[in-house]
Amino acid sequence: MIESVGKPIDRVDGRLKVTGAATYAAEFPVKNLAYGVSVLSTITKGRVKIVDIAQAKKMPGVIGIMTSENSMQLHFPNASDPGGGKFAEKDLLPLQNDRVFYGGQHIAVVIAETFEQAEHAAATIKILYDEQAPVVGLEKNIATAYKPGAGLGGAETQTKRGDAEAALQTAAVKTDETYTTPVYHHNAMEPHATIAEWKGDELMVYDATQSVMGVKGLLTSMLGIPAEKVRVVALYIGGGFGSKGFTWGNTILAAMAAKQFNRPVKLVLSRQQAFSAAGRRTQTIQKLALGADQNGKLSAIKHATTSETSFVDEFVETAGVATSMIYSSPNVDVSHELVRLNRGTPCPTRAPGEAPGTYALEAAMDELANKLKLDPLQLRLINHADMEEQKKKQFSSKNLKECYQRGADAIGWSKRNPTPGVTREGKYLVGYGMATATYPANRSASTARATLFADGHAEILCGTQDIGTGTYTIATQIAADAFGLPIDKVKVKLGDSMYPKGAQSGGSQVTASVGPAVRAAALGAISKLIDLAVSDSNSSLHGYKKGDIIADNGRIHLKSNPVKAETYTQILNRNGLDKVEAQAKTNVSTRAQAPTPAPAGSPEAKAEEESKANAAVQADEKTDRTPYSFHSFGAQFVKVLVDPDLGTIKVDKIVGVMDIGKVMNLKTATNQIMGGMIFGIGMALMENTQYDPNNGRVVTRDLAQYLVPVHADIPEIEVQFIDKPDPYISPLGARGIGEIGITGITAAIANAIYNATGKRVRDLPITPDKLI
Amino acid sequence: MEPFKLIRVQDNQAAIHAAGVTRTKFIAGGTNMLDLMKLNIETPKQVIDINKLGLNKIEELKSGNILIGALVKNSDLAYHPTIIKNFPVLSEALLSGASPQLRNMASVGGNLMQRTRCPYFYNTDFACNKRVPGSGCAAIDGYNRNNAILGTSDKCIATHPSDMCVAMAALGAIIHVQGIKGVRTIPFTDFHLLPGQTPHIEHTLKQDELITHVEIPALPSGSKSHYLKVRDRASYEFALTSAAVVLNIQNGRIKNARLALGGVGTKPWRALLAEKVLIGAIANEQNYRTAAAAALSQAKGHKDNTFKIELAKRTLVRALITTGGMS
Ligand SMILES: Cc1cc2nc3c(=O)[nH]c(=O)nc-3n(C[C@H](O)[C@H](O)[C@H](O)COP(=O)(O)OP(=O)(O)OC[C@H]3O[C@@H](n4cnc5c(N)ncnc54)[C@H](O)[C@@H]3O)c2cc1C
Ligand code: SF4
Repeated sequence: MIESVGKPIDRVDGRLKVTGAATYAAEFPVKNLAYGVSVLSTITKGRVKIVDIAQAKKMPGVIGIMTSENSMQLHFPNASDPGGGKFAEKDLLPLQNDRVFYGGQHIAVVIAETFEQAEHAAATIKILYDEQAPVVGLEKNIATAYKPGAGLGGAETQTKRGDAEAALQTAAVKTDETYTTPVYHHNAMEPHATIAEWKGDELMVYDATQSVMGVKGLLTSMLGIPAEKVRVVALYIGGGFGSKGFTWGNTILAAMAAKQFNRPVKLVLSRQQAFSAAGRRTQTIQKLALGADQNGKLSAIKHATTSETSFVDEFVETAGVATSMIYSSPNVDVSHELVRLNRGTPCPTRAPGEAPGTYALEAAMDELANKLKLDPLQLRLINHADMEEQKKKQFSSKNLKECYQRGADAIGWSKRNPTPGVTREGKYLVGYGMATATYPANRSASTARATLFADGHAEILCGTQDIGTGTYTIATQIAADAFGLPIDKVKVKLGDSMYPKGAQSGGSQVTASVGPAVRAAALGAISKLIDLAVSDSNSSLHGYKKGDIIADNGRIHLKSNPVKAETYTQILNRNGLDKVEAQAKTNVSTRAQAPTPAPAGSPEAKAEEESKANAAVQADEKTDRTPYSFHSFGAQFVKVLVDPDLGTIKVDKIVGVMDIGKVMNLKTATNQIMGGMIFGIGMALMENTQYDPNNGRVVTRDLAQYLVPVHADIPEIEVQFIDKPDPYISPLGARGIGEIGITGITAAIANAIYNATGKRVRDLPITPDKLI
Repeated sequence: MEPFKLIRVQDNQAAIHAAGVTRTKFIAGGTNMLDLMKLNIETPKQVIDINKLGLNKIEELKSGNILIGALVKNSDLAYHPTIIKNFPVLSEALLSGASPQLRNMASVGGNLMQRTRCPYFYNTDFACNKRVPGSGCAAIDGYNRNNAILGTSDKCIATHPSDMCVAMAALGAIIHVQGIKGVRTIPFTDFHLLPGQTPHIEHTLKQDELITHVEIPALPSGSKSHYLKVRDRASYEFALTSAAVVLNIQNGRIKNARLALGGVGTKPWRALLAEKVLIGAIANEQNYRTAAAAALSQAKGHKDNTFKIELAKRTLVRALITTGGMS
């Protein structure tokens, strides 16, 4: 049978999605449902004196109103939550006290029979505050900057090797500039939505989340109920881009309200509310200095980032996280500082760290190339990192030079005029730009269960979720190959915390983490089937060696003689079995922390036990990964046209060539990279959230004010893959692909604009006013 | 949203009579009205659906003038062959606005009456004199990149967002209205009001009055026209600056010029000072630049939008060059 992995097969959930049959969190038909509408703070800092609900209480359809006066008490989220969940604001559990830390914070929730009634009543609630002067504006408060702890996943925030400062002093050529990026909001199409329903002491939650397991863990600890009483379901997710990676107030508030008013409750944040109550990317101020010798060899890289966080949690936008490993340089100094502002808490956003960080670094590389009178591509080749110099490790697999070459060919790099601002196509100035893309290849522990049924079909269960990236499809392909079945005989079920624990959808890790577990579980089921056959005197395969038998197209047969075969159905029927089942847990992590063994007695512990006899798991776990550093790389190339009189910018073509290991599905992979590149267009040219300079509250908070690219902004996009398996990441050879597409692209666009106009804009977004 | 009563009417008289009561609003395509109601910015007690009034025809009058029903959809007007042929400025302006879906819903009357996109106007947590008279203006000292530079006051600097209206201002359209007291016509430039001390009063329509038609006067033969819009993204976005240009050039000399600017004014901005420069002048870049300078001579920038002064000049010059060429 032909392998399905790698093939550009259509999404298995595509039809459900385009016909509206896919059920998203807010769409589950729950009987007797009540509707919640949240009322948010309209001051930036202070205390709530009175929430006047007198009028609202009496309005038609109102069931009740939850405020800090009457809401249930929450427990602090478990710091090492077993589900891996993170409550976004650890010091602001919703409705627990009267304090206001930012504009647009949950103050009350109205529950009514219909959404319209809840909305109407919510609008009548008057809140009296004790207002205090808020801390507004990053630049204005830069003096209060402090050095934060570790970043996401334990990422180091202060990294050094050699002496960058000294090397900069003596460098023959250097650039030292400040690059700034604004606040970005994720703006996934699906809102932040939750339905919570209690049945006795059992809680059922439908949630728009990137981690059903994380939400389950958080609800368990915050509500103080046993894990087995909580179930979280997210069958389809309409994008998260990081915003649904952490858990926000709406999820917990829905569960609280459902308990308090003894009704299932749906709570959905409006687009406007999500601009304060559901995360964002922070602003960054990045000082980037590069030093090089006359030939362009880097002697120093210094990358100092100041960003902001809220007063209720610490989130570091680790813009410098890739800087220490992306190029070869003996001296590197990466640092991060944070300023606390009265704004909602930031969270991971579309390649947190790398997206703004590669903008600054790759724009600086362009500036350096210009000073050296070197081709920017040449400068990258001169400074290519053959090994990971910070950790002093080899890369597990790296084909970046080939990415550069293929990208340059595809865009027509040879047509680039090194002198900026002089090349025209009609009335437009033409420019070419490029940049390096990179993202770490994360992998973490995952568990999956595989079942082969006597009717010849198979099923995979895994408590991960498909946030729109194609996980259902890829898991189906991987399982089909391992089961030896065509893809239409394999049903993959995800997005339910009842299933064995899978990875959370963040850090581009799902394919690398869940894929091997799915494969191992399916191989485990086949192995059990072979055991049944070889030990059964009624089987034609009786007595043969297990290792001489393979699975293919619904049958197992002798490798040497395909006619000596039995179908899965024959074997199961003869043994009076309706199915054979296996679970596998792959305990592999490329992250900073080592994987933790499952707690004794937990479902994962059982899977761990069974995995000891699973040859695929054993081979995978025994691979020695310590000598390697796992990263994906790529090259982004851009051609732009700029109208010099009006300052309007048209991205004419973009090419991304990515080295992400083995491509599991060309269609979904191309999709992911394209999406990332389009994010990059948004980030470079239009996206930004504005806060009022006087009171610090969000001003631009809908999709008419917060611009994302529309079709007319999207040029021809070419995506290519190197498609060489990474021999160390997993038996599948696939690293993640989710986020690398947005890295480098913003700088490539900015560099192309410089090449077109001779104007270096170091403050994103690059809008017409900055070019005239 | 506040609960409201929906009244469906079949004829103008019924519409006008129902509208005479305070806190009553017409609804046409609903593309602006519904958003404002959902955000509690408009809170009518009664909403009158005027879609069945039959005001959805485009008539070519004997005079060559065009009479456009107030309920004609923006798309239908933009793609009408006579409009494309004789009034490209209007067709181009319409097609540069919003998105196809919105244009399929949006009506001519609704477009005339659409309200500003000042972000503070859309957010009831902020002070806004237009929304709540006397509450203050958060934009003047706030984030005001998209606000106006012409016709502003110390009470309001909101931009009139329409593209269609800019073209109509240049074309000298005439607005036909009908009220309890009968019908009347309003010259385009008198329809919208400057904010002054009363930014919440935006037009000269009375509570009971219904816009029935917009009349576009015929242009002298040989006229050329064009609309140019500059914005932060390629489509589906309001103007940073825009220019509507109608020129009649004979033997290299400008016989007649009618100009209007968008994205910069508190109302659709007829550029009379620039017209004065051009009428009788030779059609060349130098004169276009002088005209553009005159058009913006009274502009006043704020913290974030001073760039619009230069960008508007360049927009007008480019539109003039495209329309009139250079002799
Ligand atoms: C996302 C978005 C982007 C947009 N982009 C642009 C753009 O780029 N350029 C642009 O020009 N516009 C743009 N628009 C605005 C759009 O053009 C207007 O919303 C539309 O023209 C309003 O027409 P309508 O028929 O839907 O009006 P409605 O929403 O039904 O009504 C609007 C107002 O007009 C009044 N009204 C309607 N008809 C009459 C009548 N006959 N007599 C008296 N009063 C009447 C109503 O009472 C109401 O106050 C955009 C809108 C949106 C939502
Ligand atoms: S500019 Fe006008 S609309 Fe905007 S906040 Fe000020 S008063 Fe309101």
